[in-house]
Amino acid sequence: MTLHAAMTAQTQIVIDGVSHHYRPPRGRAVKALDQVSLAVQNREFVALLGPSGCGKSTLLYLLGGFMPVETGSIAVDGNVITGPGPDRGIVFQHFALFPWKTVRGNILYGLERQGMPKAEREQRARDFIELVGLSGFEDSYPSQLSGGMKQRCAIARTLAFDPKILLMDEPFGALDAQTRELMQSELLRIWQRTPKTVIFVTHDVGEAVYLADRVAVMSARPGRIKTIVDTKFDKTDPHVHKSKAFVEKVDELWSLVKEEAIKAQGVRAP
Amino acid sequence: MKQVTRYLPLVLLAVAWELAARLELVSSTALPPLSDVIRAWIELLKDGDLVSNGLSSLYRAFAGLALAIMVGAMLGIVMAWWKPVNTLLSPLVEMFYPLPKSALIPVTVIWLGYGDGSKILLIFLGCMLPVTIGAFNGARSSEQALVWSARSMGANRLRMLWDVVVPSAMPEMLNGVRTALALSFILLVASELIVAQKGFGYLIGSLGANGSYDAMYAVVLTVAFLGFAADRVYLVITKRTLAWRE
Repeated sequence: MTLHAAMTAQTQIVIDGVSHHYRPPRGRAVKALDQVSLAVQNREFVALLGPSGCGKSTLLYLLGGFMPVETGSIAVDGNVITGPGPDRGIVFQHFALFPWKTVRGNILYGLERQGMPKAEREQRARDFIELVGLSGFEDSYPSQLSGGMKQRCAIARTLAFDPKILLMDEPFGALDAQTRELMQSELLRIWQRTPKTVIFVTHDVGEAVYLADRVAVMSARPGRIKTIVDTKFDKTDPHVHKSKAFVEKVDELWSLVKEEAIKAQGVRAP
Repeated sequence: MKQVTRYLPLVLLAVAWELAARLELVSSTALPPLSDVIRAWIELLKDGDLVSNGLSSLYRAFAGLALAIMVGAMLGIVMAWWKPVNTLLSPLVEMFYPLPKSALIPVTVIWLGYGDGSKILLIFLGCMLPVTIGAFNGARSSEQALVWSARSMGANRLRMLWDVVVPSAMPEMLNGVRTALALSFILLVASELIVAQKGFGYLIGSLGANGSYDAMYAVVLTVAFLGFAADRVYLVITKRTLAWRE
């Protein structure tokens, strides 16, 4: 299916033939992305799944407008992006909270930049602190929080200024296994309350299948979109992880990713 | 209490000083007894010499240091964030940094005369670079993800510089300021010793020339104490400013 055939009135993000080179300060340029095209629907949850070094985070940063798009184009709601903007909020793996601001200060920051009146933004900060379960920690600094709490704060900070699109860069990758699982269902709960388009970068197959409506599997470097797999499951079912269809889907994606991971390691597939 | 007992060795030193002088283990011109020094200190305080000279010294140090911190911090951050400025200025910084700034004492006097101006300029020149280098290194270590976060939340480049780069630079910059604080005392007294009509350095020099060694020691001790107190106060301020680091 070509990109244009995939576009409908509901299409929000169009990534069209994007290639990108990574240029280290010394040494030659490395091709990180090769002709990536993808259309994402409004309020869709898409996971970018691939081995490390496949360029999935690079694609996310290009979407964020943090680096210039060299080849191809990325458009949001029909407008080609030229830089960062509050229509696209981002959550990083290592939280990227302002360490010199409290939980409240971090969440207020985006609202201040949007010029929201004081009373309104204070109220909104309170609401989002409550939504992510950080009540009682408003005045704590990030250094005083656990990893899971930091990521809750980062998610609240990004959701609070109400971006249309949520970019998530392995947001649970730095958390321990139990916290990660809790945060995944927490994210779904929040997402159902404040529906947004989500682009979620991960190398965790189970996480991708559980969270996303569609999973775009990326190849080893240079990153291409190898295939896109539908992964719609009933997220409200607490036992969805154990259902046969879910397990089979994870297996299917695992074998796709494994091939690429082996290539990425530079080892011949057995 | 622990803080107080830490300084017990100072008391021991004071006792040793007094005994060494009283028992005439050293000549009393080289080292007058501490009790005489204290008496001379009270005398200097009463006749106003200490206060008037002290105030003029503190004004010079404060003005020079304040200028050094403002200009130095701005320079370091702009150098870290704007490559052409760095290309232009970093060779100058590298050349000028190791220069002993006391060598500039006669130069600043030629430019601005015997008064406050030359001292302030000297302290400014001498104290600026440690602040610049601290701010530069600190600003360069700003995390990419923080910069991007601020930008995606709607901060323009200038706003991001103020909201992310400046606080990221703060810990290293404050270290540079501490160095600058110590340097400011050194340069102040050195320049006043050589050419001045008032100030701590001038007072030390003229009392020494008159042979009033006990009073001279009193001024030396005053300067030492002020330097120490300034450093302690500065550490407390730094700790408060960086409370978020835990």
